[in-house]
Amino acid sequence: MAELRDLYQDIILEHSKRPRNYRALEAANHKAEGFNPLCGDHFTVYLDVAENGEIRDVSFQGSGCAISKASASMMTQAVKGKRTEEAQKLFEKFHHVVTGKNGSEAEDLGKLAAFAGVSEYPVRVKCATLAWHALRAALEGGKQAAVSTE
Amino acid sequence: MTTVANTASRQQSFAPADFDVYKIRADFPILARTVNGKPLVYLDNAATTQKPQAVIDAMIRYYTSENSNIHRGVHTLSEQATESYEQGRVTVQRFLNAAEAREIVFVRGATEGINLVAQTWGRANIRHGDEIVISAMEHHSNIVPWQILCEQQGANLRVVPVNDSGELIFEEFEKLLSVKTRLVAMAHVSNALGTVNPVRRIVEAAHRVNARVLIDGAQAAPHMKIDLRALDCDFYVFSGHKVYAPTGIGILYGKAELLEAMPPYQGGGDMISSVTFEKTLYNRVPHKFEAGTPHVSGAIGLGAALDYVNRIGIERIARHEKQVLAYGTRRLQEIPGLRLIGTAQEKEGILSFVLENIHPHDIGTVLDQEGIAIRTGHHCAQPLMDRFGVPATARASLALYNTMEEMDALANGLQKVREVFA
Repeated sequence: MAELRDLYQDIILEHSKRPRNYRALEAANHKAEGFNPLCGDHFTVYLDVAENGEIRDVSFQGSGCAISKASASMMTQAVKGKRTEEAQKLFEKFHHVVTGKNGSEAEDLGKLAAFAGVSEYPVRVKCATLAWHALRAALEGGKQAAVSTE
Repeated sequence: MTTVANTASRQQSFAPADFDVYKIRADFPILARTVNGKPLVYLDNAATTQKPQAVIDAMIRYYTSENSNIHRGVHTLSEQATESYEQGRVTVQRFLNAAEAREIVFVRGATEGINLVAQTWGRANIRHGDEIVISAMEHHSNIVPWQILCEQQGANLRVVPVNDSGELIFEEFEKLLSVKTRLVAMAHVSNALGTVNPVRRIVEAAHRVNARVLIDGAQAAPHMKIDLRALDCDFYVFSGHKVYAPTGIGILYGKAELLEAMPPYQGGGDMISSVTFEKTLYNRVPHKFEAGTPHVSGAIGLGAALDYVNRIGIERIARHEKQVLAYGTRRLQEIPGLRLIGTAQEKEGILSFVLENIHPHDIGTVLDQEGIAIRTGHHCAQPLMDRFGVPATARASLALYNTMEEMDALANGLQKVREVFA
């Protein structure tokens, strides 16, 4: 049986209560909404991407469960200053870890490794990846995009 | 806050002498299993109920010794299967106190029943500018089929608001009724709030303006006596799986003269009396609406489920569930930061709630670790969630086998939720 604390680690609870970069971004040149119709979770991810592909700034707003909100918060910290292709790669690794496909990649995730416990709760994978799907949609879709996890 | 009722022992359960919930629990094999190492506390009955051994046995018996197609073979098995299937229909007719068995159409569930009415009666009777009246507490299955119909016919959907307790505002309903109203479609009991609507008054008011009435009984059939001859609604639907029967079977009741006049729903076998390439004559009701091989074992399972309910007695079930609901409500109200959504005077066994600063999904995951199954989300009633300003709720819903102790387990589980997210 999976332990509850493996899912709700302190860092996750802390970010869910005090999300970082929780605001709209005036200078955003990429933006996407992520929506999970199953549970009503809804986030908007804002990005300011430089011409050389560097993510100058990133923020989010919306409502969701502890997992989805903490994931969004920690994602903004993780991708800020990275190049867009690095952010995409990071999402791939994150996805492998939360779906339990390749736990060893958790080593490359830094703080995001806290989400490894999600792999024991398959129904919560969508919570952990919602903001990331929105990030990818924003990077690929440009100024206005939307993504649904259903 | 009361401290007396921190735990309900068996003695305190004050079960009426003629209703032994522990004996009833033994009829449901799944209730003996554990989840995450804890005894299963199944509180997701508004989604689907568990099945008693009698229903499982009836279906096994059918597949073991009667399996055959119905209404077409002259051989013994086909005759027996036809007899069992039609007996299921008669059992439903009696359960609902409908006038005739042919007024009962077997469908996949309440959703299909509503869609059937929308696409047959609706397309034949709803015209441009007509109005269909629903309520703000409807399940998506009693919203979307009417939206589709309105779009097809150029009709308009009107919505009766609910008050802060989650009750239909009857005066607003009466104001919406007019000569334009062709149909009123409403839940008997709200799946998200538990509110029991005043269906008799709704039918009377609607009939005064010559509107037809469809009642969605999905959440009523398991919990209360339904008397369709007294209610006088034109259509009624419910799903078998919410009343201890298998999934994939449900019923549409329609007044005989309405069903007779309605065009068929789907074309195919069994729904015809003769076919030539020039002209097809349709079968009598209800067969006109049952194209193709139906869910024979499902109809038999539904009959067995209603027999089971009848043996215990729906009034006894209702009394027991009301006691568990009252106790559960009290236990939940003791929890700091908990807000009940849906506090109607007339209410069935549904406890929909939110916890301050804790998302329903997180509540559901923590409770699951305790073996407690509840539903979290919008309960297919997004407009209603908007009305109460919440994206989702946690919902514990009762059935005849739930106990006072399970309400304690729920309350204790919610205390644990608060500790995790403190």
